[in-house]
Amino acid sequence: MSNDLDPATRDQWYVIESREDLRTDQPRRTRLLGRPILGQRSTSGAVAIHEQSEDGDSLRELPCVERYGYVWTTLGAPAKPLFDMPEFEEDGRHLVICGVLTVRTSPGRIVENFLDMSHFPFVHTDILGAEPMTEVTPYKAKLDESSGELWVTDCGFYQPQAMAASSGGAEVDYRYRVAQPYSAVLYKSSPGKAGAFDLIGIFPQPLEETACDVHCFMLVYDDISSYEGMLQWQQGIFLQDRIILENQRPARLPLNPRAELPSRADTSAIQYRRWLKNLGVQYGVA
Amino acid sequence: MIRLYDFVLSGSCYKVRLFLSILGQGYETIPVGFYPAKEHKKPEFLKLNPLGQLPVLRDGDLVLRDAQAILVYLASKYDQSGHWYPNEAAARGRVSMWLSFAGGEIMAASAARLHDVLNYPFDVASLRESARKAFVILDDHLAEQELFDCHWVAGPEPTIADIACFPYVALSNDGGIARDEYPAIERWLIRVMALPGFIDMPGVLTPWPGEATGEQAV
Repeated sequence: MSNDLDPATRDQWYVIESREDLRTDQPRRTRLLGRPILGQRSTSGAVAIHEQSEDGDSLRELPCVERYGYVWTTLGAPAKPLFDMPEFEEDGRHLVICGVLTVRTSPGRIVENFLDMSHFPFVHTDILGAEPMTEVTPYKAKLDESSGELWVTDCGFYQPQAMAASSGGAEVDYRYRVAQPYSAVLYKSSPGKAGAFDLIGIFPQPLEETACDVHCFMLVYDDISSYEGMLQWQQGIFLQDRIILENQRPARLPLNPRAELPSRADTSAIQYRRWLKNLGVQYGVA
Repeated sequence: MIRLYDFVLSGSCYKVRLFLSILGQGYETIPVGFYPAKEHKKPEFLKLNPLGQLPVLRDGDLVLRDAQAILVYLASKYDQSGHWYPNEAAARGRVSMWLSFAGGEIMAASAARLHDVLNYPFDVASLRESARKAFVILDDHLAEQELFDCHWVAGPEPTIADIACFPYVALSNDGGIARDEYPAIERWLIRVMALPGFIDMPGVLTPWPGEATGEQAV
C-alpha cells in the first residue's frame, strides 16, 4: 500500500489536524502522501485514523499520537517516537495554533524556505528584516549524530519587529531544528522574557508531492498581545511566504547540486538538500 | 477614535486599511478570529454585523458593515481633497458602478482564494471562470480609459473605486488566477501601488524601488 514511498518519507510522523479541530462532529477527511486519510474522534474522546481506498473503504488503521496541540500519524514505522519539545512543559508560555494553510509546492520547499533568513528584508519587510541590514552573517548547519536531526545554529539577524510582542528593533538569535525531513522548529530570542527562546514550528502535511496543508504553531512568552493579535501576526508572515513559495520552480525540491543553479548558495539550503539526498528521500524532490 | 474590526488576511478589510493609510487617518485595530476560530459567525459578532462578515467600522456611535460603504463614509468624512468620492453626479455614478463591481463580480476571485488558501469547499473551476470574465471586463475598461488619458477606474483621478477593486485583483494569484492576459490591469495595479500612503498586505507583491512605473508602459 505504501510500498512505493521511500522509507525516509514514509516513516515520519505527520500532523493531520489540530487536536481542537478534530471533534466528534467534525472528522478530518484529507490526504497524506497521496493516500486518502480519515481521522475521527469518538464520543469517548479517543482518536482513530484510517488509511482509505479512493472509494472510501477503510484499508487499515494507522498509529496516532496526540501531542503539542496536534494529532499526528504515520503511514510507516518511524524508528523513534515523536521528537521531544520540552518547552511545552514550561510555565508561562502561550500556545498559538495557527490553522491549516494550503500551499501548492513540495514539503521540502516549505521547510527550506523556513530555514532561510536571506529573504527576511525583502519578503517580510519592516517585520523580520529591513534594508540595509540584509547580510546573513556566517552560521553553522550540522547533523546531530545522536538524534539524527539537522540543526542550524549561531544565526543572528536584525529584526524591526521580531515577534508580535516586540516594541522595537532588536538583534535576534535564531536556531533551527529540522527534527524530521519535513518537520522544522525555530528557536528565537523572546522579547517577552529575557534569556528565553520562543518557538515557531511548521509541519507540512503533504497532500500530494507538490501540495501541502501546512500546520504552524507558536509557543511564546507574550503578556501584551491578544491571542488573535499573535495569531494574525504569524498568519500574515506565512501568507507573505506563500506567494513566494508557489512561484518557485520546480515545485519539487532539486537535490542534485548541479540541477539548480546555485541561487541557493546558502549553507542551510545546501546542508538540508544534502541531508535529504543522503536519507534517500524521493517523494516531492527532483 | 475609529475602530476597525479586522482580519489580517482579508482583502475586504485591506480595502479599509489601505484607504485609512492613504488618508493618513489613525485608527484602532480589533483583530477578529476569522480563521480558524470563525469568530465572525458567532453570536457576539453577529450582534455587531448580522451578516457575519468583516470588515466592520465603528466611528463614535456609527457602526458600518461592507467595505464599499465604509470607503464612502471615510471619503465623505475625512478626505480633504474631494477627489476620492467626487461630488459631481456623473462621476459619483461611475464610482458607484465600480464599487458595486468590486463588491460583486470581482468577489469570485476572493472566493477562489478562500478555496485555495483556507480550503473552503467551493467549485473553484467555476469561480475562476467567473473571475476571469470580470477581469476581462475590467481590463477592457482600463485599456479604453487609457485611450482617453484616464488612468483610474472611474475617471482621471483615483477614487475609492480604485481602492475597492484593487485587493482581490492584486491577490488573484492566491486563488490560482494569473494576470498575464490583462496588461491594462497590470499597469493599473502598479499605479495604485505608487499612490502616496500605499501599504501592501501578505500576497500583494509591490514593485521594488526603481522598477517600472505605470506611466512607462502606455
